[in-house]
Amino acid sequence: MADAFGPASMPVDALVADGLTRCFGERMAVDHVNFSVGRGEVFGFLGPNGAGKSTTARMLTGFLAPTAGRAVVAGFDVAKSPGAARRHIGVVPEEANVYADLTVRQNVLLMAELHGVTKAQRELRCTELLQTFDLTARATQKGRELSKGLRQRLMLCMALVGSPQILFLDEPTSGLDVASTRMIHEVISRMNREQGMTVFLTTHNMEEADQLCHRVAIIDRGRLAAIDTPAALRGRVDSRRSVVVKFSGPGVGPADVLPRPDMEIETLVDGWRVFSPEPGPLAQHIAARTAALGLRIDSLNTLSPTLEEVFLSITGGAHGHA
Amino acid sequence: MVTHDAARDAAGESGTAEFLRQVRCAWVIAKKNARVYYLKGPVVTFGIVFPLFFYLSFAAGHNAPVDLMVPGIAAMALFFTASAVGPLVTPWERQARTFERLITSPASLSAILAGDVGAGAAFGAALALLPLAAALALTTAQVIAPLPLLAGWLLGSIAFSSLGVLMAAPATDTPSQVMMLSNLVRLPLIFVSGVFVPHAQMPQWGQWLSPLSPLSYCADLIRVGFGASAYFSVTLDVLALAGFSAAFLVAAHFFHRRTRDHAT
Repeated sequence: MADAFGPASMPVDALVADGLTRCFGERMAVDHVNFSVGRGEVFGFLGPNGAGKSTTARMLTGFLAPTAGRAVVAGFDVAKSPGAARRHIGVVPEEANVYADLTVRQNVLLMAELHGVTKAQRELRCTELLQTFDLTARATQKGRELSKGLRQRLMLCMALVGSPQILFLDEPTSGLDVASTRMIHEVISRMNREQGMTVFLTTHNMEEADQLCHRVAIIDRGRLAAIDTPAALRGRVDSRRSVVVKFSGPGVGPADVLPRPDMEIETLVDGWRVFSPEPGPLAQHIAARTAALGLRIDSLNTLSPTLEEVFLSITGGAHGHA
Repeated sequence: MVTHDAARDAAGESGTAEFLRQVRCAWVIAKKNARVYYLKGPVVTFGIVFPLFFYLSFAAGHNAPVDLMVPGIAAMALFFTASAVGPLVTPWERQARTFERLITSPASLSAILAGDVGAGAAFGAALALLPLAAALALTTAQVIAPLPLLAGWLLGSIAFSSLGVLMAAPATDTPSQVMMLSNLVRLPLIFVSGVFVPHAQMPQWGQWLSPLSPLSYCADLIRVGFGASAYFSVTLDVLALAGFSAAFLVAAHFFHRRTRDHAT
């Protein structure tokens, strides 16, 4: 993760959403959303399906005009100076949009030309990026001949060839294999660390957000529900802290070892996960009671809530409401 | 909130530099269109095969004189070929989501449309030379006034290509829907243009409607190029084609922008 990240190192915001609103007919898809993303920050934008993630990203990249509010990208108002704003961004949308009839190299060079990269630099940048994303051997293959993972890598090449200050990634690893996912994560982290690139990452993948992002925002039903560092967000849901206990040999009933019978329990294959805001004393209690009953514990761990639990807690477990 | 816009505007960067950037983007997009779309089946069908058989089926039955047939074939070939690319590119790009890629690139909507017009015009101007060359080689027709012919050729290709781009503005990603609309617009424009029937022999209502078709002015200039006298006037033909081009482009920009802003 970027060591240089921190409020003191980014005097100017890379992105600002200022009361950003978008209506589709009667439906308000994004409802007065306000946030800013510092330069050099990896910012995760999370939300259930239909919450307004992609619509917000599309307004920030200038694809959709906001119904109200404004988007400022690299210091430029996207509505007033769309060209200037877009010269500073690279976009990887959720759905693959490479030119199927152009080769891998032609696709990358096309975006380089649109970004005004000089001819000598175009060739150099293209070659470097194809190497970085392990696409050199496929440079002459047409877009239509690539697998999903390879197309995703190509889209990253196309987004990065203009040396953008800000990279927009919409579900970049959705449906990809482990190797492609890892490669994309590594490159995002490296670009951020070494070049100070700002990244706006829209994702469903909580582990990805936790791993990559300095801060995350959670949007639900078009409204911003939370925005903070992953650690701070986890701290908001202390009730989801837990103890996982696994027994070797014959088990024991929860009522025999837990201090209260009404505790929330998730049954595992060879043990339980017990939720408590104070997992330390609970673990000690379980260990003492188990020893008193003459049973053996295989493992006993205290767990912090995952970002997924934070997400479900904030959005009320609302998956799939459109 | 402080943005760079005011400082940039004060520095005068918003004018010439941005314009030149957008011209370059339009050129890049035109090259891309040529590479990707020129040889697509529907472009070849609607741009080459369709007009050729359309005209031959008419000319064969009417034993049309050479001085009417050659400019007519040339004008109609130009009309069909130049307006064949524009209606197809945007729906294809929407379907493949590459339109989103272009919109989020530094290219403005105007540059994207200009690139589409440029690609269509170049396709039409180049391909329609084939029937023209064949007619010159196989008939007694001769070019008497090259300048009006050239003006008609260039301005006509731009006007027809702009018309094609305008027809792609509806919010659809289905090329067949746009082609249906395209033919609904193009066929009436042909019938009132004087390509098949000389203006003097048209019914009164046809003569009234003829000035509404950009093909009328293009065909008039091409006929002048082959030594006929102008039905309108060369100046009016040139101004009308330039005016149609500008009007089609402004309307295309308006409708494409509205389509984008009302996207669901």
